[in-house]
Amino acid sequence: MSNAEIARTPFDPAVLFKAAFLAVVAVFVLVPLLATLLGGFKSLGELRVNPFGLPRHWEWQNYADILFSGRYWQLLRNSLIISTLTVILTLITASMAAFTFAHVKFYGSSMLLSYLTLGLLFPAATAVLPLFIKVRDLGLLDTYFGVALPQVAFSLAMSVLLLRRFFRDIPHELLEAALVDGCSYVKFFRYVTLPLSRPILATVGTITFVNSWNAYLLPLVMLNTDALYPWPLGIMIYQGEYSSEWHLILAFITLTILPTIILFLLAQKHIVAGLTAGAVKG
Amino acid sequence: MGVAGKAVPQTAVRGPSWDGRFTVLILFLPPALLLFTLFVVLPIGEAAWYSGFNWNGFGRPTNWIGFDNYRFVLETRAFWLALRNNGLIIAVSLAIQLPLALTLALMLAERFRGAVALRMLFFMPYILAEIATGLIFSFVYDGDYGLVASIWRTFGAEPPHLLASTDTAMLAVLIVIVWKYFGFHMMLFIAALQSLDKSLIEAARIDGATRSQALRHVVIPLLYPTIRLSVFFAIIGSLQLFDLVMPLTRGGPADSSNTMVSFLYNNGISRMRVGYGSAIGVILFVICVTFAFTYKRWFMRDE
Repeated sequence: MSNAEIARTPFDPAVLFKAAFLAVVAVFVLVPLLATLLGGFKSLGELRVNPFGLPRHWEWQNYADILFSGRYWQLLRNSLIISTLTVILTLITASMAAFTFAHVKFYGSSMLLSYLTLGLLFPAATAVLPLFIKVRDLGLLDTYFGVALPQVAFSLAMSVLLLRRFFRDIPHELLEAALVDGCSYVKFFRYVTLPLSRPILATVGTITFVNSWNAYLLPLVMLNTDALYPWPLGIMIYQGEYSSEWHLILAFITLTILPTIILFLLAQKHIVAGLTAGAVKG
Repeated sequence: MGVAGKAVPQTAVRGPSWDGRFTVLILFLPPALLLFTLFVVLPIGEAAWYSGFNWNGFGRPTNWIGFDNYRFVLETRAFWLALRNNGLIIAVSLAIQLPLALTLALMLAERFRGAVALRMLFFMPYILAEIATGLIFSFVYDGDYGLVASIWRTFGAEPPHLLASTDTAMLAVLIVIVWKYFGFHMMLFIAALQSLDKSLIEAARIDGATRSQALRHVVIPLLYPTIRLSVFFAIIGSLQLFDLVMPLTRGGPADSSNTMVSFLYNNGISRMRVGYGSAIGVILFVICVTFAFTYKRWFMRDE
C-alpha cells in the first residue's frame, strides 16, 4: 500500500495525532515531577503565586538545610542497610534453592517448588499482623533484621523462579562432566553457576533492592524508633512536622527520590529485563 | 581441591553420587524454605487462627469468639466502601490504564528519534516509591499551593481541596494510580511487541491488510498472552494497594478513599485489634487467591 510512503510526510494527520498524544502523556508525567524539583527552589510565598514556572529567585538554602541536617543522611543510611541486607540474603538463599531445583533431581522437587511459588499470590497485608507478633516474639522488633528477614521471605518466590530459569540453561551435561571429574555440587555452584549467572543475579538483586528501598508497610509495622526509620517512613514524619511548608517538603522529596532515579538510570537494563522475564513466565 | 587435582579412577567410573546430592539438599534448600515458611506461610495460617479471637496482641489469645470478627467486619459500612474502592481501582486499571499502556506501546515499539527517551520517561513513575508519589500528588492537589489550585484560580474560582472532600478524594487517588502504573504495563507490552514474529505482520500486509486491519487481526491477537498477564497483575495489584493511599488521604475523609489494606491498617494494625485485623486480612487473602486460581484456570490455561 502506498499509505506507508504517505506516512513519512510530516503533514500526515495520523503522525500529528500521534505526536500530540505522546506530548500530552509526557506533560501529564513530567509536570508533577518538575514542579516538585523546582518547587524546592522557591520560597513558600512564591510557590503560591508561581507553582509552575521557574523560580524567580533560586532558594538553594532549602536544599542546603536538608543536606546539612544529618537527618536526611540518617534516613538514607537506614534504607541502605535494610535494602543491602535484604538483597544479600535474598541472593544467597534464592540462588541456592534455585540451583537445587534446577539441577538436583529428588522426590518432591516439583511440589516444593510449587509451594514456594505460591508466595507470588499471597498478599503481604494478610501476614503483617501475625508477622509483627512473630518478629516481636523473636526479639527482632525495632531491628534492621526484623524488616529485612520478612522482606527476603516475600521476595523469594519471584527470585527463585527467575534464577531457576536461568540456571537451567546452563547445560546439565556440564555439571555431570564436572561431577565425574570429582568436582562437588557445591563447588560447581560456586565456581561455575554463579559466575555464569551474573546478569540474572544483577537483575534479581536490582529488583529486590528497589522493592526494599521503596517499602513502607513492613518498616512501618516493625520499627518504632525514629533513628532506625528508612526514608519512606522518615519523609512521612517530615511531612507531618512541616505540614504546609511545601517548599521544604518538596526539596526533601526531591532529595529522597534522587537516589532512586540515579539507581534506575544505572540499572534500568536489569530492572526492565527482570520485569519482562518475570512476566513471560505466567 | 582443584578439579584437575587427584585423578582417582574409581570416582570417574562411579559418577555422581547420592552423597553429593544429599549434601546439596540439606545445605541449599532449608534456608529459603525455612524463611518462606516462617515469615510467609505460617503468618497467613496464624492470621486465620487469630481471626477467631478478640485479642489485642499481648499475652496469648484466649478470648475465642468464633466467626464474630468476620461478622463485625462485614457489618462495617467502611469495609464495603473499601471493597467498592478496590473495585473502582480495578475498573480504572482495566478501562483506562491498560488501553493507554497498549496504545503507547504500539506507538513506542517502533524506532524513531525520542522513542527510547519517552519509554524511560513513562516508566519513571513506576520506579518511584509509592510514598514519594503520594506526597508529590498531595502537593499537586493542595488547595492553597498546588498545581490544580492555581489552574482553578486562573479561572477566577475558589480552589477546591480535592483530597479533603468525600466526593473527590477517591477520584483524585484514581488519577494518581494511572499516573504511577501505566508505564509498567506499557513496558510489558513493548517487550512482547519486540519479541513478536514480524513476518506474520508483513505477510498480512502483503495479503492486502491495511495497517489497522493488521493491528486488529494479527498484532493484538498475538499479544493476548501478555494482555491476560497484564490484566492479572493489574487486578492483583489493585486488590493490594496501600502505600499510595497513605500519603494522599490515609483512607479518608470519612473512609471514602480506603482500600481493603488501608482499612486493615487503620482498624487492625494501628489500634492493635489483632483478631479484627486478621479477619480483614483473611478476607483479602481469600479474594486474592480465589481470583488468582479462577483466572489462571479460565484465561491462562495454555501458558
